[in-house]
Amino acid sequence: MTAALRPRPAHSPLMVLGTLGIVAALSVLTSVMLGSVPLSPGEVRAVFLGQGSDLARMLILDLRLPRTLAAFATGGLLAVAGALMQVLLRNPLADPYVLGISGGAAVGALLAMISGLGLAWVSGSAFAGALLSTLIVFGLAHGTGSWTPTRLLLTGVVVAAGWGAVITFLLAVRPSPELPGMLYWLMGDLAHARGNALPWLTLFVIIALALPLGRSLNVLARGPLQAAVLGVPVRRLEWTVYLLAALVTAVAVTTAGTIGFVGLIIPHMLRLVIGNDQRLLLPASALAGGILLTLADTLARTIIAPEQLPVGVITAMLGVPVFLFLLYRSRT
Amino acid sequence: MSAALLTLEGLVIDIPGRAAGMALDFPVLPGQCWGLLGPNGAGKTTLLHTLAGLRRPRAGRVLLDGADLHRVPRRRVAQRLGLVFQDHYDGFPSTVLETALIGRHPFLRAWNMETAEDHDLARRALRQMDLAALAGRQVQTLSGGERQRLALATLLTQDPPLWLLDEPTNHLDLHHQVAVLDLVHQEVAAQRRGAVLALHDLNLAATYCTHLVLMYPDGGMCWGLTEEIFHVQALERLFQQKLAVMDTPQGTWVRPVPGA
Repeated sequence: MTAALRPRPAHSPLMVLGTLGIVAALSVLTSVMLGSVPLSPGEVRAVFLGQGSDLARMLILDLRLPRTLAAFATGGLLAVAGALMQVLLRNPLADPYVLGISGGAAVGALLAMISGLGLAWVSGSAFAGALLSTLIVFGLAHGTGSWTPTRLLLTGVVVAAGWGAVITFLLAVRPSPELPGMLYWLMGDLAHARGNALPWLTLFVIIALALPLGRSLNVLARGPLQAAVLGVPVRRLEWTVYLLAALVTAVAVTTAGTIGFVGLIIPHMLRLVIGNDQRLLLPASALAGGILLTLADTLARTIIAPEQLPVGVITAMLGVPVFLFLLYRSRT
Repeated sequence: MSAALLTLEGLVIDIPGRAAGMALDFPVLPGQCWGLLGPNGAGKTTLLHTLAGLRRPRAGRVLLDGADLHRVPRRRVAQRLGLVFQDHYDGFPSTVLETALIGRHPFLRAWNMETAEDHDLARRALRQMDLAALAGRQVQTLSGGERQRLALATLLTQDPPLWLLDEPTNHLDLHHQVAVLDLVHQEVAAQRRGAVLALHDLNLAATYCTHLVLMYPDGGMCWGLTEEIFHVQALERLFQQKLAVMDTPQGTWVRPVPGA
């Protein structure tokens, strides 16, 4: 029997999610240990047990842990958004950032911020922006019958460029003292994301909503006609997934700005190892996306300390090569 | 007489740019195998998609177990009929076994995982299609013929009483063409299924189909029992091709006359 004929070993969901869970815990531990004042695992343990020095307590509980948790949830959201969009468009290149969905959410959020509205408005406005952008991209990219990769990517890139121009315009007409902060936020920055339960709540809700749709999504990944013949209400499912993906992107953008490529890298890597069963891929993406963004943010905080990089810079450095590789491989 | 699996009632298929065609009026009964014959663009695929409820007809309707097809929930439709497409799309990695298993989708609830029984059905279908040895292979590595057999294995796993097949012998070598049509024939005759298939090979159609529909490019339709419909003049007009006829003990055989 040659290697190609040998069945791929089945991955037990428990093993995959268990492994990712352990790595997730380690990534969170790493993130709270590293920083301007490094802490040892023992010090971290002491703080979690309610002991430890005041400094360590402040560093961990007030600064690092909230930021780490925000990073984890945001990474999970972005990876899930990417995985959902890839099924919808039947294209592994789909990602909320590449397709301009994040840009739409950023414009929405920025408009609400400039108008001095509260957090709920910022989130709602970001959702409206993400939804509008989704409708534009998916509507225009839907040529005669199916989405071709070229048409889809072109639409996404152009829409993203358009949102970029709107953002620059908004920042130019309403210069504010927070301008540098806003620019950082737009590049993807977790410095202000802390103590907010919304991303975690959204992450749990999205997984709970998407899991029962998993098998239908598996069938949808084989094309809308095939899915319809196998009894999937295609139109309704597609709209549900559009809405969920837009919602998830909006929450991720309001939490941490426009961070690119997490939704591209994570589902792709996971598919190579565990296949494309959405019932496993979606929860695994949530965990792996969280791990990636937690580690990327740790790097962004420490690499040029005491200065900080926007985490979007790190994910872009990882994501651009992966994207180009995928594009190169799909050239047939 | 047993109840019709599917009934075409004044059905006019919707082909953009074509003036209204002739209406089709016939039931598909268990034990019948309907062959669709016609040149490229005559609407064979459109008719099959209309019968599966994927397209709305221009006029008339399709009844599934007596109810208007477009009012029956998709899941219920999928439990009663299956369609093998002409082309197969594999955008994401997936194994041969996983692909056959999607045939169980209409029978599982949202939270159900596939059971051991579903796996058995899929493995048996793969064996029937000579694909058992490839169960763990990635679909994207299959040859055209293997992929076509996998599509048929998915239909076998779905196991509906009505089979709609769009050029099921596409890409298949001679042996597998006969094997697939033998299987359709056996299932239709023994399991009292119904089948509607688009075919290009006239002799295979005459051998395996109990009924034929001749579909003309101008929308004209002609249907009935194979022995009443399979006439060389009608076929020559249908394909705009001179045919030579050989009467053999197995029936009438036709072949195209080169250069005519």
